[in-house]
Amino acid sequence: MTVHDEELAEGAGHDGHDGYVPSRRRLERERHRRRRARRATAIGAVSTLVTGAVLYLVVVNAPGWPRTKETFFDWGYAREAFPVVLEGLWLNVRLLLVCGAAVLVLGMLIAVARTLRGPVFFPLRFLAAAYTDFFRGLPLIINLMIVVLGVPALRLQGVTVDPVLLGGTALTLTYSAYVAEVFRAGIESVHPSQRAAARSLGLSNRQALRYVVLPQAVRRQVPPLLNDLVSLQKDTGLVSIGGAVDAVRAADIIVGRSLNYTPYIVAGLVFVALTIPMTRFTDWVTARMDRRRAQGGVA
Amino acid sequence: MSGVPVLRMESVRKSFGGAVVLRDVDLEVAPHTVTALIGASGSGKSTLLRCANLLEEIDDGAIWLDGEEITDPRTDQDAVRRRIGVVFQAYNLFPHMTVLKNITLAPRRVHGVSRAEAEARARELLERLGLGGKASEYPDRLSGGQQQRVAIVRALAVRPRLLLLDEITAALDPELVGEVLTVVRGLKDEGMTMVLATHEMGFAREVADQVCFLEDGVVLEHGTARQIFEEPRQERTRRFLRRIVEAGRL
Repeated sequence: MTVHDEELAEGAGHDGHDGYVPSRRRLERERHRRRRARRATAIGAVSTLVTGAVLYLVVVNAPGWPRTKETFFDWGYAREAFPVVLEGLWLNVRLLLVCGAAVLVLGMLIAVARTLRGPVFFPLRFLAAAYTDFFRGLPLIINLMIVVLGVPALRLQGVTVDPVLLGGTALTLTYSAYVAEVFRAGIESVHPSQRAAARSLGLSNRQALRYVVLPQAVRRQVPPLLNDLVSLQKDTGLVSIGGAVDAVRAADIIVGRSLNYTPYIVAGLVFVALTIPMTRFTDWVTARMDRRRAQGGVA
Repeated sequence: MSGVPVLRMESVRKSFGGAVVLRDVDLEVAPHTVTALIGASGSGKSTLLRCANLLEEIDDGAIWLDGEEITDPRTDQDAVRRRIGVVFQAYNLFPHMTVLKNITLAPRRVHGVSRAEAEARARELLERLGLGGKASEYPDRLSGGQQQRVAIVRALAVRPRLLLLDEITAALDPELVGEVLTVVRGLKDEGMTMVLATHEMGFAREVADQVCFLEDGVVLEHGTARQIFEEPRQERTRRFLRRIVEAGRL
């Protein structure tokens, strides 16, 4: 709002070169808009301050605050936990990169399998549908426990018992189901006339999918995909249930020894710090795509 | 070759659910001729074109392209479509590709033409249709008339035997219709075989060698443009044309 107003005010000075002088009516309107913007900013600032102050006072004057402060916000433990948590976070980042890539590939394959037509592909279609139904419904934490704790219990030859690999597998299984549905929605949102146009040019079904339908589907689904990746980033913390030392587990170890919860706060903040850039990136991509679409508005 | 019709339809029947859209349709399109399909909306013109291109599967009858039956379930449908160009009412350009990519997609991916060669031909066609500067634009930056001309170039880029035009001016503002029709006139002069569904009666009268009047999925009357527009035999054709004249469209 404010930016818009400023532009207007500036615009009054140099509108083309035709000797245009802004009318008194226009100047009065702009003055009014500026006044209104200033007022809005002032109200916003005051209300933020008041809200902050009230929250602070409520927390600080709570009967249990001194104890809480000691157990959750201890500076000494925070300093001790920070480097260890950061070291653990490296595992979360690696998990995110590997699982993220695997999820995108697997999700795409499942989505494409679900859109295949023809009786030959029935088993594939059925499997893909069953897969998404099952893994979208299964709580991630249960999936993780089954894979991370259940698979090693089988004592299969040649199958890893590494909690990181197994945890990553479980994450990939669940998130592929989510992402497959995102891709499928994208594929179905591409108008059938696009496929008809591609087929009428002689493109085979597969070529039409690859060159015409999928590129449009993926482009449209970038915001929800990034949303799922942000979510995956947080959930990499759950591999700690198998004993892998990620950021959460690193904090856990100190908590277990000291009975002070500050390391959890540190780990939580580190995750938030990692997620914010990704969320901002999502917003930026979405805004850029909207802008592009708005520019191309010539009918 | 010139004796064999480019397109021949015999007793074609097509229904969607319970609604019969085409019944007993016979049609012959000789090489280097233009056939105009006229008739009210919903008379089956578009469906006829979609059947000819195998975008719709017919219920009964048969269709031949260059003497080869294409409705035989053993035909390679992709190979048939490669020989037929289609231009749609809503252009159906690919919005994620530049004009040049739209045009070169089929030559490169379907016909195996090299990129340089495909682009050279695309540019030449664009130039000819007055779109020389638009090669690297995205479709949504173009006017409707320009988009439709790009769609025509896209269909021509694979050197089709037959061009199907499905009400290609119906979505255009009146002042943009002319530029598209000029292109079609040029194609006729070059000898392109075309079948067009149209509401532009004046245009149909001018370019068509053969005019078919469809009503309720039946070819009620067909003949030369002169016959149909000046001496229609069927009362219903006369009635249709009278309504068109009253609407000021002829």
